[in-house]
Amino acid sequence: MSVRILFSGILICLPHIGSTQGYAGLGTQVEGFSNPDQRHPLEFPVDHGPHPNFRIEWWYLTANLNGNDGHEYGVQWTLFRTALAPDDRSGWSSPQIWMGHAGLTTPDVHHFDERMARGGIGQAGVTTHPFTAWIDNWEMASLDRSLQNLTVTASGGSFAYNLSMSARGPLVLHGDKGYSVKSAGGQASWYYSQPSYDVTGILTISDGSVEVTGQGWLDREWSSQPLAEDQSGWDWFSLSFDSGAKMMGFILRSDSGDFSSATWIDTDGIATPLQPGTFHAEPLNYTIVEGRTIPVQWEISLPEREVSITIQAINENSWMGTSFPYWEGPVTISGSHTGRGYLEMTGYE
Amino acid sequence: MRRAALGALLSHWRCHPFQLLTLVTGLALATGLWSAVQAINGEARASYARASAQLGFSEMDMLVPKNGSISIARYVMLRRTGWKLSPIIEGQWNLRNGSVKLIGIDPLNHPSMLAKSPAEEASPQLNLLTPPGGLLMHPNTRVQLNGQLDLPPVTLTGRLPSGIVLSDIALAETLLGSRGQITRLIILPEQPMGLLPLSDLAPDLLRQAAGDPQAGRLTDSFHLNLTAFGLLSFAVGLFIVHGTVGLGIEQRRHLFRTIRAMGVSLRLLTALLFGELMIIALAAGSVGLILGYLIAGILLPDVSATLNGLYGETVEGGLSLRPAWIFSGLGMAIFGTLVASAQAIASLYRMPLLQSPGIQARSQYARSSQQVMACIGCCLIVTGSIAMLLFDGLVVGFILLAGLMLGSALCLPLLLSVLLALGARTAESALTEWIWADMRAQLPGISLALMALLLALATNIGVGTMVSSFRLTFLGWMNQRLSSEIYVSVKHDDQVGFLTSWLAERNITTLPIRWAEIPFEGSPIRIYGVIDHATYRENWPILQSGTEAWDEVFASTGAMINEQLARRQNLWPGDELALTEKWQIMVTGVYSDYGNPHGQVIVSLPNLLQRYPNIANRQFGLRLPPKDASALLKEMRETFDSKTISIIDQADIKANSLAVFDRTFIVTGALNLLTLGVAGFAILTSLLTLWNMRLPQLAPIWALGVSRRDLAWLELVRSLALATLTAILALPLGLLLAWLLLSVINVEAFGWKLPMYVFPIDWLRLLLLALIAAAAAAAVPAYKLACIRPTELLKVFAHER
Repeated sequence: MSVRILFSGILICLPHIGSTQGYAGLGTQVEGFSNPDQRHPLEFPVDHGPHPNFRIEWWYLTANLNGNDGHEYGVQWTLFRTALAPDDRSGWSSPQIWMGHAGLTTPDVHHFDERMARGGIGQAGVTTHPFTAWIDNWEMASLDRSLQNLTVTASGGSFAYNLSMSARGPLVLHGDKGYSVKSAGGQASWYYSQPSYDVTGILTISDGSVEVTGQGWLDREWSSQPLAEDQSGWDWFSLSFDSGAKMMGFILRSDSGDFSSATWIDTDGIATPLQPGTFHAEPLNYTIVEGRTIPVQWEISLPEREVSITIQAINENSWMGTSFPYWEGPVTISGSHTGRGYLEMTGYE
Repeated sequence: MRRAALGALLSHWRCHPFQLLTLVTGLALATGLWSAVQAINGEARASYARASAQLGFSEMDMLVPKNGSISIARYVMLRRTGWKLSPIIEGQWNLRNGSVKLIGIDPLNHPSMLAKSPAEEASPQLNLLTPPGGLLMHPNTRVQLNGQLDLPPVTLTGRLPSGIVLSDIALAETLLGSRGQITRLIILPEQPMGLLPLSDLAPDLLRQAAGDPQAGRLTDSFHLNLTAFGLLSFAVGLFIVHGTVGLGIEQRRHLFRTIRAMGVSLRLLTALLFGELMIIALAAGSVGLILGYLIAGILLPDVSATLNGLYGETVEGGLSLRPAWIFSGLGMAIFGTLVASAQAIASLYRMPLLQSPGIQARSQYARSSQQVMACIGCCLIVTGSIAMLLFDGLVVGFILLAGLMLGSALCLPLLLSVLLALGARTAESALTEWIWADMRAQLPGISLALMALLLALATNIGVGTMVSSFRLTFLGWMNQRLSSEIYVSVKHDDQVGFLTSWLAERNITTLPIRWAEIPFEGSPIRIYGVIDHATYRENWPILQSGTEAWDEVFASTGAMINEQLARRQNLWPGDELALTEKWQIMVTGVYSDYGNPHGQVIVSLPNLLQRYPNIANRQFGLRLPPKDASALLKEMRETFDSKTISIIDQADIKANSLAVFDRTFIVTGALNLLTLGVAGFAILTSLLTLWNMRLPQLAPIWALGVSRRDLAWLELVRSLALATLTAILALPLGLLLAWLLLSVINVEAFGWKLPMYVFPIDWLRLLLLALIAAAAAAAVPAYKLACIRPTELLKVFAHER
């Protein structure tokens, strides 16, 4: 046990972990890293790849799936990159740390696993020719340099999945052409999504395999200090309505007032950023998960789009007990609009 | 009634306090020695487990390369098949002063990281993963790094074992100069589903199961040795218990008759006796535990020294009381009492109520039982031998030993009986005939004690011969191996130029001692590079070699390997040794290398430098005429700063090595002596037991006119004769034991075979010791006999029927 304690210090120094400044240290200012600069707009496919001069980055896929057994499922596949220093080297001395999270949620059970690797040795990374993001045997891969068609695999001790995805719409750039402001103080990140994947695949859990189809949503985000120092965590929603429209919204919680932002995506995939503060979400119901009080039912309103909906977790115990723990799971939407979506909540103590 | 009966039974011990003392002492000795060994073993194992747990990989399987190291690409390939593995780089880090074991881990995948840590325990090693990194070590280890320049930040922690430095793998590979070379991979306990078997993915890597003795727990053999010793002492101790319990029952025969006559059933009587024995067993067991704890406390530092000397393992921490240890000790005491008293209680149960104490009825029974015992004994010897022929391994070696020892002990009564029958033929007078016959009649009662003596003597001869042979071989080996007159080691590579030119001016040959350490099947081996010099050709302690062994070494086509490596890998002159994937070399010779747990290889220096150009060049052997050595030593000590250079002459190194060697076998010597002491005590109790039974036989002889004084002398002589016979029989058994220890057990335990030397003077000394023990044991009954009142002898006739 001692080495764990000795080395837990290292995890503290990883930007994600420990909560000295904001959730997972994301509010800490670190010298030497780049910051999002609107003078250099996003450029694809280069920006699908990693940005080692930024402190943190992720490739974040969530999917709402229906099994041929009639059950609803949720799948998460995430690759995080975090840099201890703003450069890259080959070999063990690389300062780039990679972390994979995979989750598979059924109405009754939430499976998850975590992988860690450092860059420089090939155990994890992202390349753009063709696009491949991987850590160990978990992989998100394209045959070309785009994110148009992807295959995604992951496996843990109690689950495995193998998905194929095709995008039906264009990439969505959040905020101002991808420049997404995260606080009133102006902290920002680069943030874009592909919210319209058609997904087919096979999930394997201890009971056996099940064929699934459904909808996937990929988020890409990188930054060096995305949160303000007093922001303690966030509630993030990706919602796909049965009408074909979609919405991404988040609330960054802070002692000095919450900061919310949202993007409306209409049925053609055309995205409209909403003014900060227009997106409202209030917890309706809480549950105790791992000794923490977590809101698992929310009321969301967006008056300018006549949205007044209730979000309910499909499995209230969708707890990712990883190095930095958080809640992430599929939700159902009822009210003025119906549909499915994903909810992520961090920073609940 | 029950209470009264128990009170009557117990009153016996009040009347015979010495007997009670003997019983308790015997049982306490047996339990004590056994518990001491258990405590030592338990402490050592706990220490290893602690070290392993502190490093975070106890109870986990490992993947090790058959030779060389594992490349990063290979590691990544296996990770990318899904296997959760954690890489370890391990090696000896050369410091300015000596070296230290450095372990590099990948904190991101280290097993201890996978369990979540409480954040408040986090310590501030923020920069371990980024340059300049950091080193973690126990405060005791810090001194070894004194004087080291450019040291990365050091964090001291009591949570690591001493003698180990831990760092991130990136820093470790730089410090060890082994970039990209992974020593082994920990197979993490939780694996994802749907993996292909590792045996298919990596057939070239060996999987070592956790707790596999092959996995480097060399010390297991030592602990097995100790356990065998403990068991032997326990068995010998039980002979005492057997004797005393037998005596206690024999002497209370009249009491039993009375109690039975008063209406106590045989069943109740037996139960009461049983209860009485349990009370005594628990009491004596407790005394034994205290004794064991004390003995263990005294021996532990020596055991620690032994383990350090033989295997380089450190056993830390004092003794601690473990509940399991207490229960096993008391359990052994109770078990031992049951085993030792089973015969006595059974005979009580079977014997007719009114049977008077006597020997004839029993000796008939005894004769047939001698044959049965001898049969069982032969079977044990045969079983042990068959096991040895069929299987390999240290445990089998011990099975053979146990079979041989126990089997021979069981054959002893029959052998002695036959010898005495032969002796009886030489008898010329009625008296001598009686003496022979009486000795035979005495045999059943004393045979167990004699068996104990046989075991103790044989063990003493065997172990003594082994240690002395080892010492003699070690001395000879040291003379060959340490042939340079002076050994010099400097702290910095840049001192070497000045030193060598200074020596060259004085016409002194400098033999560099340079080596690289590489992982080989998961444990380190050292490859030494030597220059062509007569020192090696003439002095090196070669066991087996081809005709031009050294020529081939210096032509860079051959290598010498040590005996341990040769035996472990079954490589002998003419075979090919694959040191790394790219470096295969022919074995041209095998040399002895006592006291080193690891494999070793000697190649030519150019050959080594070609592959490891950056190895340290800081140690030298100096060759010069021995008579000039002390003058040079003086001059060098005046010329060079003692803080940066260490100069030792051959004699000092030899004296130090020998001191370590002798300290290593202190424990063996102590256990040896204790066992013999216990055996002497066993004879005493047996003779005391016999004393009561013998009066009816001695009385008629006395009545026929042999004086009490003569009878006493005869008593003494008889005891001495039996002890001598036993000692003579113990000699071949002891020598066989020595041979087994040297040629079987040593090879299995340490990887080296030793020549056997015999030491007749030691045997004589031991025989003398045995005779003294026997005489001392017989002295009490003999004295009693000499002083007995004639009325007592007359009573025998009165009470007879």
